[in-house]
Amino acid sequence: MYEFKYHRPTTVRQAAGLLARQEEAKLLAGGHTLIPTMKLRLAGPKHIIDMSKIEGLSGIEAGARSVTIGAMTKHNEVATSPVVQEAIPALASLASQIGDPAVRHMGTIGGSTANNDPNADYPAACLGLGAIIITNKRRIAADEFFKGLFETALEPDEIITKVQFPKVNKAAYVKFPNPASRYALVGVFVSKRGSEIRVAVTGAGANGVFRVKSFEEALKKRFGPKSLEGMTIPADGMGGDIHGSAEYRAHLVGVLARRAVAAAVA
Amino acid sequence: MSAVAMTVNGKAVTGDVDPRTLLVQFLREHLRLTGTHVGCDTSQCGACVVHVNGKAVKSCTVFAWQLEGADVLTIEGLAEPNGPLHPMQEAFREHHGLQCGYCTPGMILSAIDIVNRKGNELDEHTIRHELEGNICRCTGYHNIVKAIAAGARTMGGGSAGQQAAE
Repeated sequence: MYEFKYHRPTTVRQAAGLLARQEEAKLLAGGHTLIPTMKLRLAGPKHIIDMSKIEGLSGIEAGARSVTIGAMTKHNEVATSPVVQEAIPALASLASQIGDPAVRHMGTIGGSTANNDPNADYPAACLGLGAIIITNKRRIAADEFFKGLFETALEPDEIITKVQFPKVNKAAYVKFPNPASRYALVGVFVSKRGSEIRVAVTGAGANGVFRVKSFEEALKKRFGPKSLEGMTIPADGMGGDIHGSAEYRAHLVGVLARRAVAAAVA
Repeated sequence: MSAVAMTVNGKAVTGDVDPRTLLVQFLREHLRLTGTHVGCDTSQCGACVVHVNGKAVKSCTVFAWQLEGADVLTIEGLAEPNGPLHPMQEAFREHHGLQCGYCTPGMILSAIDIVNRKGNELDEHTIRHELEGNICRCTGYHNIVKAIAAGARTMGGGSAGQQAAE
């Protein structure tokens, strides 16, 4: 990989300052996207800002209406947290399906959300639950956060500190993983909170995570798998590659959405 | 160059290495602990798995400088040089859980991590699911799964020979 200088700030303010001052700086959270990318020379940041020495960025708290997770909290912690399992079990289930056990010991929710990989799982949870991404500067609703392939609303010196998920009545995540990489070929997260219905899809879109309005409308009438019977989404806008064509991904969206709703009401 | 300092297999070690040095490179090339292997180098195969602060981590995807103050366990740290094998190693020997041996250190350390997280009575389904981050090109996993089930039991003080005759 290309050479770099690394920094180990102890506060978010220091980290933000470094990000603002240094050309070509990248934050290091779990490192399981950044380091592989650097090894392939697809990224060559001149400065790496390691977040691991900043206190207070890890942890899970449940309030009356939401669960807030620190940005540096590892996937394994979310997956095995009794707090998350009780409050939003679909979120714990999603975290338990990311990568593999060793990856889950390092990967973080902040890193995954900021990276917005089109095949990652957390963007589907954020959009599928209507999360609020809390940064060192502001609070951003998930619907405004994910902008496109690997692109988010984050400004250059903005750092995610926590992600807040509202508690919902029903939710589930169903994923069709790539058998080798275990990334989501397609993953669908559905939730119902009162009359608010969300169906968020990752893996399928050429532009990253998206909501399926037609499915949400159908589920408003009745939140059950039968409401989605025979429904499909068009293949345009879906990604096609060696792992699956756009048509196949579009087809999987319908299949997985029905399974997710069935799981949510079970 | 950056200074690194950590504990490896119970011994304090230091080094002055290029910041790009991955943990797997530090272990193999600087400490000459070549039991940890580089397989895919893309974080998928698990041949590089070690324990960091008690948890399985893919050492090809961590910089050595990140391990400041950490406690690292490699395959070499499971047994004394002329001492008895760790129960999980013994189970892999007994159940022929390897052929070429390349994935084996990673498999064994992942297996111990599975036991730490999931206990001593592991069914086949659980083992296969928990091994998703470990790839073997030789064995077809059959004997690896058997070895892990047996090793898990022995680690819990049970008898390894509680399975039906093969």
